[in-house]
Amino acid sequence: MSSLTSQAFIDRLIRENFKFFTGVPCSLLSGLISYLEEVEEAKYIPSVREDAAVGLSAGAYLSGSLPVLLMQNSGLGYCLNAFTSLNLIYRIPVLVIMSWRGQGGKDAPEHIIMGDIDQKLLETAGIGYSVLKPENLDQVLEIAMRKINEEKVPYTLIAEKGLFDERH
Amino acid sequence: MKGTEAFQELLPLLGEVPVVHANGYICRESFSLKDREENFYMIGSMGLASSIGLGVALCQPNRKVVVLDGDGNVLMAMGTLAMIAAEAPKNLLHVVIDNEVYESTGRQRSISHAVPLEQVAKSAGYRQTIRVDKREEIKPAFEKLMNSEGPVFLLIKVVPCFDSKTGRVTHTPEEITERFMKTFKR
Repeated sequence: MSSLTSQAFIDRLIRENFKFFTGVPCSLLSGLISYLEEVEEAKYIPSVREDAAVGLSAGAYLSGSLPVLLMQNSGLGYCLNAFTSLNLIYRIPVLVIMSWRGQGGKDAPEHIIMGDIDQKLLETAGIGYSVLKPENLDQVLEIAMRKINEEKVPYTLIAEKGLFDERH
Repeated sequence: MKGTEAFQELLPLLGEVPVVHANGYICRESFSLKDREENFYMIGSMGLASSIGLGVALCQPNRKVVVLDGDGNVLMAMGTLAMIAAEAPKNLLHVVIDNEVYESTGRQRSISHAVPLEQVAKSAGYRQTIRVDKREEIKPAFEKLMNSEGPVFLLIKVVPCFDSKTGRVTHTPEEITERFMKTFKR
């Protein structure tokens, strides 16, 4: 699979006015986080757990910033109550970049079940998502921006292994 | 001191400061005593008032921000105390009304009788923490902390007295979002 450079992707998000980033790391997203630590136009706040990152993002949005949450799909369970009892009912959007561990059942055992059900969980909760590819970036960002700016709800971009360059 | 008295003491001190409220008793008591546009009433997502408040404080560094939290919420999100200490926003005052119970669900005991939350916050790295037990101590403590560099923490020990007939927040969640956001644009 061709990859998308972390730098190009983050620069693109910054151009879309996302300046507030938080999350809990995943090796698949390591390139994004190390670039965020270097870049001046955006800040990255490490969160201790994914639901705390949802709260932090919500505070950023309420006070005028556009937030991005980076996490592994293992964090989705922690986020579901926050998404359903905060973001969705209050109309507080966040762009979620979620790595897809356990894809196709080929990964460490702890990732297999979530790798199978993460998209179903998002669908059940009514949260839109796209599997991000280097060739569909423009298209999925357009959908994401519409969800965020018009419907004011979270939108998830799912990152498969190998999509981004890793730095670890 | 009863919980209601703590709210009565705090309300006149808030001015136009944005206040992020924890869910349950905190929201309901504060809303029924005095509704304010600068109040964000978090009706669900237990545990997240502190992280929401941290997000606001980091994005609005020139405004004081208050989190009005409860012991159950703080215990659920102790990791967020560490995040607040690590980011160290100078403009954040974290107030915790500690009644040692989950009040709005029927007064089941929490564990804050055994865990001094102000010491937890201090150990995490808050710049200053104050614990008060008496009503008359609230105003001087609050004013001192508002004029100090944050993050700072005020623990107010109260006895449970919530009247379960107290109403719920009547604004819709969307209305709460809209008017809270508006206060940052004026």
